[in-house]
Amino acid sequence: MQTLPKRIKGFSNRLKSFEVNHMKKPHSLSAKEIIEKVRGGELKAEDCVLSIFNRIEEVEGRIHAYVTLTKELALQKARKIDAKVKNGEVLGRLPGVCIALKDNLCTEGILTSCSSRILDGFIPPYNATVVNLLLKEDAIIIGKTNMDEFAMGSSTETSYFGATKNPWDSSRVPGGSSGGSAAAVSAEEAVLALGSDTGGSVRCPASFCSIVGLKPTYGLVSRYGLIAYANSLDQIGPLSRNVYDCALLLNVLASYDPKDNTSIRVPSQDYTQFLVDDISDLKIGIPKEFFGEGIDERVSKIIWESIYTLEKLGATYEELSLPTLRYTLATYYLIAMSEASSNLARYDGIRYGYSIDYDSKNWNEVYSKNRRIGFGSEVKRRIILGTYALSTGYYEEYYLKALKVRTLIRDDFNKAFKKFDVLVGPTMPIPPFKIGEKITDPLSLYLTDLLTVPVNLIGSPAISVPCGFVDDMPIGMQIISPALREDLLLKVAHIHEQNNKFKDYAPKL
Amino acid sequence: MANNTLNKNVKIGLEIHCQLTNLNTKLFCSCSADYRGKPSNTHLCPVCLGIPGSLPVGNKDAVKDAILVALALESKIMNRLVFFRKNYFYPDMPKNFQISQYDKAGGVPIAIGGHVTIQAGNRKKKVEITRIQIEEDPAKLLHQGSIDISPYTLVDYNRAGIALLEIVTEPCLKSPKEARIFLQKLRAILEHLGVSDGKLEGAMRCDANISHIGGDRVEIKNISSFKEVERALTFEIVRQKSLLSRGIKIKMETRHWDDVRKLTISLRTKEKEQDYRYFPELDIVPITILKEEIEKLRRKMPELPDARWTRFMEKYKLPTYDAGVLTNNKALGDFFEECVKIYPYPKKVSNWIMTDLQRWLHEKNVEISKSKITPQALVSMIRLIDKGIISGKIAKRVLPELIITGKSPEEIVEEQQLLRISSRREIEKLADKVLENNPQAVKDALVDEKAVHYLVGQLMKLSKGKADPQLSNEIMKEKLKSFLNK
Repeated sequence: MQTLPKRIKGFSNRLKSFEVNHMKKPHSLSAKEIIEKVRGGELKAEDCVLSIFNRIEEVEGRIHAYVTLTKELALQKARKIDAKVKNGEVLGRLPGVCIALKDNLCTEGILTSCSSRILDGFIPPYNATVVNLLLKEDAIIIGKTNMDEFAMGSSTETSYFGATKNPWDSSRVPGGSSGGSAAAVSAEEAVLALGSDTGGSVRCPASFCSIVGLKPTYGLVSRYGLIAYANSLDQIGPLSRNVYDCALLLNVLASYDPKDNTSIRVPSQDYTQFLVDDISDLKIGIPKEFFGEGIDERVSKIIWESIYTLEKLGATYEELSLPTLRYTLATYYLIAMSEASSNLARYDGIRYGYSIDYDSKNWNEVYSKNRRIGFGSEVKRRIILGTYALSTGYYEEYYLKALKVRTLIRDDFNKAFKKFDVLVGPTMPIPPFKIGEKITDPLSLYLTDLLTVPVNLIGSPAISVPCGFVDDMPIGMQIISPALREDLLLKVAHIHEQNNKFKDYAPKL
Repeated sequence: MANNTLNKNVKIGLEIHCQLTNLNTKLFCSCSADYRGKPSNTHLCPVCLGIPGSLPVGNKDAVKDAILVALALESKIMNRLVFFRKNYFYPDMPKNFQISQYDKAGGVPIAIGGHVTIQAGNRKKKVEITRIQIEEDPAKLLHQGSIDISPYTLVDYNRAGIALLEIVTEPCLKSPKEARIFLQKLRAILEHLGVSDGKLEGAMRCDANISHIGGDRVEIKNISSFKEVERALTFEIVRQKSLLSRGIKIKMETRHWDDVRKLTISLRTKEKEQDYRYFPELDIVPITILKEEIEKLRRKMPELPDARWTRFMEKYKLPTYDAGVLTNNKALGDFFEECVKIYPYPKKVSNWIMTDLQRWLHEKNVEISKSKITPQALVSMIRLIDKGIISGKIAKRVLPELIITGKSPEEIVEEQQLLRISSRREIEKLADKVLENNPQAVKDALVDEKAVHYLVGQLMKLSKGKADPQLSNEIMKEKLKSFLNK
């Protein structure tokens, strides 16, 4: 029997104080270190869980990264792993690694809310494919993280449960929409986390929280069990404190799934093998538009420094222009909102989730009321705009045109990839902003997605890696590769990481 | 009657939804498609229930079925299979959109064009097909009484996600009767293809578009059987004519056929017509339908009703009409051929099937495939007549027993003591009794040949039809002669 999760309402004081003879406490260890220590019998999985929950107790009140914590389940799983170690049984690939899941990934028996009121009390009857993959590899799921409602946002402020705070400065946003996942990893409340990236929702918070965040190639990771926002753009991605851990997690996530028709059949591989120190033949393209209008100059400057470092290590770079980039935001929002208007139609409160008392009312009234009360204003805005864009008479003008532009953008990037191995630029045009600063002005918030949305439209992968600080606030560098070249992304990210010290900085909490 | 007369001013187009009942699973998930008679809401999974996060994966066999149907209707099969979402809020839709196909906005149905040839009276008529598309069945809504007075709606999702073919005709049908004939023919074709068993409840459903010259198109939904189609269309033609005759303009609207009260009710008018916001279903990757795949299926095409009709006429020397009836229902044709295999007198078999068997099947309201009669049983019965063991009259009493009980004709004859009485002594005894009880008739018979028939009839009645008629006649005449000689 699985115990049902508890919503966070303060923390249990019954946690035993935790002491081990390590320099670092387990919650500060990398996934790589944990796996080695658990395998070697040096560290118990149970201690990893206790350490993580101690850390959560210590800092969560200031971060609000989680929507649901599943401590009991985590401890049960940990004890099973420890028993396996004791009995010399074969272990999975991520033994003892504590992972947080964005709350739009279905977990059997555990509340999955998308941080929306409309999914109030929704307990999925099944696990997302990625959740099963993680459990099979002896990873430990510790909870579900806060997010922008239905992943619609770049600041985690649209959550029904309230905003998550940036661990580097609690007055600022952690980015979004996977803000809870990124903040949890950054604040050492989780070793790894999963997010989802529709227009930058993994990379943006990774950038704002100074961690690594990867959006894999569309189709590389199964979407089965990921609650859709915009299904032609959504992709699940790993969040970690270093590139090696990111590769470890991707090893498990990248797996063909017959339950997802868009899943790509690729042979499984060990992405850590690509983390080598040789980029002598690497040709980097620098899209001018990534450093143009709307980009904070201090951000540009920091990214350029990293590019120079890569150059010193043997890579060559050249500037290029992607003229269709100026249309990407409009294209992205039209497509995403159109798809969302249909994907979110099922939330009517009849079969699950929030519902008013509907005695003696007609179904139309019940649906309308449930949706009016259940959805937050940003979600409603996108549903309404998407519905409009798909309506008779506007479909050709908006949706079909957006699809055409999407093809042009893809062509533009394909052309660039003929010449360059990877493209490099900032992840976010500005440093993390203040909570409340942009939420009342949706358009200014949408503009912050300028540099992250292109890869979702073309299906390519991209990674954000810590790249420095502006006024003590984290800045991320984005690396983009052609489809299914995660190996290249990880290699470049790894070399960048090895030649800088950004991953060793942690927020003061 | 509008029902029987061709009306030049009426145009009828049909939209038929056929479940692909030969499939084991639903269209986009692996739930069992065999939901009939199962408790409500037990054939479900996250996919067909539209649980958040679930994704559809297409059933490849449904595509094969659709191609077979397209080949049979001589439709043009498109080279690309692409699904669209039809968005509308309704309690029968778990996702509040239906995964379907679309012929506009960059979509294509699986096939376009084609035709079905029907026998309309004395002439053949080509009913033009507009398109064929694959889509998922919505859930079933259950109401208390009629839809417009029921205090609640119950939803049974067992049906949600069952594979459907939507077959749309051009508005080329001229009468309710033509519509019924077309539907029967279509059903026969689908049954011969083995893709859809139209006899299953709700497996073949129909919406009808009907218009008069000078009036807008009216759509009638919720027609559940062919008989109902004829009734609903007839009702609607009369309703529209009556409006027109009073000078009232017919508005474009959607009406619901209430099969309890046998009338149509307005569901919504044009102002409230839905904008379905069709757009591509991107969770299902479009696939290319290969020419080789189509040719492979073409080679596997079974015999279709028209070919079978011709064959029945040529091989079994059956009249056109008989062959037509026997091939318009696959099970009936199969039954006939099984009989002929073991009893090579096609016309005799056909006569029994066409008349008494059909009549009793209708009477008992049972399909031949569901009835208990076997070809062996029917043939045994005919053989009993051939051997003179029972009379044709007795056989007519045996037949319904075969249908209901599934017993052999020998058993029934034995149990009910229906054996023919051909013993001279027994018939003489019966004759004596008749003569004794009908003194007046005897007197008449002595002078009038016709009264003899009456006495023989009385004898037959007394024997409950079992006495050998010829022998009875002989004996009766002999007895009367002996009276005369006295």
